[in-house]
Amino acid sequence: MKKYTILDRKDTRSGFGAGLLEVAQKNDQVVALCADLTSSLKMDAFQKRFPHRFFQVGIAEANMMGIAAGMAISGKIPYTGTFANFSTGRVYDQIRQSIAYSHANVKICASHAGLTLGEDGATHQILEDIGMMKMLPHMTVINPCDYNQTKAATIAIADYQGAVYLRFGRPVMPVFTPPDQVFEIGKALLLNEGTDVSIFATGHLVWEAIKAGEILAEQGISAEIINIHTIKPLDTEAILQSVQKTRLVVTAEEHQLNGGLGDSIAQLLAQNLPTRMAMVAVQDRFGESGKPEELMQKYGLTAANIVEKVLTIRKSKS
Amino acid sequence: MAIEDPEISRLNKIASQVRRDIVRMVHGAGSGHPGGSLGCADLMVALYFKILRYKLPFNKTGQGEDMFFLSNGHISPVWYSVLARAGFFDVKELATFRKINSRLQGHPATHEGLEGIRIASGSLGQGLSVAIGAAQAKKLNQDNHLVYVLMGDGEQQEGQIWEAAMYAAHHEVDNLIGIIDVNGQQIDGPVEQVMSLKDLGAKWRAFGWRVLEMRGNDMEEVVKSLIHARGLTSRQQPVVILMHTTMGYGVDFMMNSHKWHGTAPNDEQLARALAQLEETLGDY
Repeated sequence: MKKYTILDRKDTRSGFGAGLLEVAQKNDQVVALCADLTSSLKMDAFQKRFPHRFFQVGIAEANMMGIAAGMAISGKIPYTGTFANFSTGRVYDQIRQSIAYSHANVKICASHAGLTLGEDGATHQILEDIGMMKMLPHMTVINPCDYNQTKAATIAIADYQGAVYLRFGRPVMPVFTPPDQVFEIGKALLLNEGTDVSIFATGHLVWEAIKAGEILAEQGISAEIINIHTIKPLDTEAILQSVQKTRLVVTAEEHQLNGGLGDSIAQLLAQNLPTRMAMVAVQDRFGESGKPEELMQKYGLTAANIVEKVLTIRKSKS
Repeated sequence: MAIEDPEISRLNKIASQVRRDIVRMVHGAGSGHPGGSLGCADLMVALYFKILRYKLPFNKTGQGEDMFFLSNGHISPVWYSVLARAGFFDVKELATFRKINSRLQGHPATHEGLEGIRIASGSLGQGLSVAIGAAQAKKLNQDNHLVYVLMGDGEQQEGQIWEAAMYAAHHEVDNLIGIIDVNGQQIDGPVEQVMSLKDLGAKWRAFGWRVLEMRGNDMEEVVKSLIHARGLTSRQQPVVILMHTTMGYGVDFMMNSHKWHGTAPNDEQLARALAQLEETLGDY
């Protein structure tokens, strides 16, 4: 098992804030809109540095999506910022019509996704956003795993012509991917080569997958661990190549089972390479208040849960 | 009868042809929205043949030209006709309206690159926000052209309209002219009965907009009002025109009833409608 060290501990939303500031310095077409959550989204540095390119829309997310679409038509590269809940479900029709269907080059940047939002509870803990966004034609869906990768993704999407949903979170998490990495949309990242099982993880669960790989290695199980930071378009080639070798799959994500990464991979494999698989995800339930790590445990989204799934499907395979 | 200004006469002639196009398109498709389209024909002709400063061939970004957005996308027939008559695309293409493989979708869409369309509309309440974004982008680009957006009166029931209204006044989006087609009708009946707007002008004034009113089926008044509105831009305040129209204007049996909001005429009704509308530019 390849060794990963924790370089730092930071929140992915701060990676977004840093990336936004950096990309705005390089590309003067970048503008940012925020719906009354500027410091929560870590957009303050951008606002301070580029006040004329920052648009406060107040608590009016539908309007924000429309304005962003209008700016995109005119050649700007708008980044919208609010919580993931208000970036998707609340404004689904605006995104569908004014952005996705209209080919508007808007970057929908969504913080506080998933259970790790914590104490605010289920109203804010969206677990359906990946599903909603990946269903839209023309929409790219990205869920990076740590601060460095979120920063790199934020920078990379400016050069991509098209609508993007960029999902990140609130809590401080281990940083383990390299600083100043080049982010390639749609390119799965092989974190550990293995032969017994393929673990595909996204977002905060990537670190859990690495920890699971270490535990499995101690038990003599060689796990291939792949970071699927882009859920759409899915890196089908990398996934099929890995599964050809391992013929056993576990997916892991901080999202509902319905509509998430596991669902996308199951769809791919069912049609191309039927394979026994198990999914670590939220089982058709709403979240609740609590500390992020307590919630991840209660809802079964930890390294231990990944290990358990691997052991279970290995047993049923033999 | 007073002698009509030749310029107004020219515009009225175009509007008559546009109305013919509308009823023929909707008849040809067997579906569509003739009522609001007919009511807005005078405005749309005034915009595209007199007021808007635009360039051809069409450039989607709208840099260095006025931009128009249609928020109430269901009145696509009038927009398609005016765009075709203004030279954005071949008038023959009007015959494909709402048919399979057509660029002239039931509601406006960008996906096949139809010239003149910059954003999809149909789901109501979104166009004003889009227009605000385009207007603010113009300011960033130091482009002093204007952005126009047409909305429906039933559409004023959508909450997003008021989010956008609040925003545009707060941010002093003063290169934007909103127009509301006040025809008093929506699908389920008169707006007053379905969901009264009460004093619509007072609402917009309270939101911080400069409010004008005009009779939208009087070409001379439409042109004068649009020129007046243009003169009120660049004053730290957005402008909205309440345009009072008659749904179905120009075809007697379609007028003043919500029943022609979204119904196609049959062969006999088409003939009766066309008999009332002079063919001035040649049917497509």
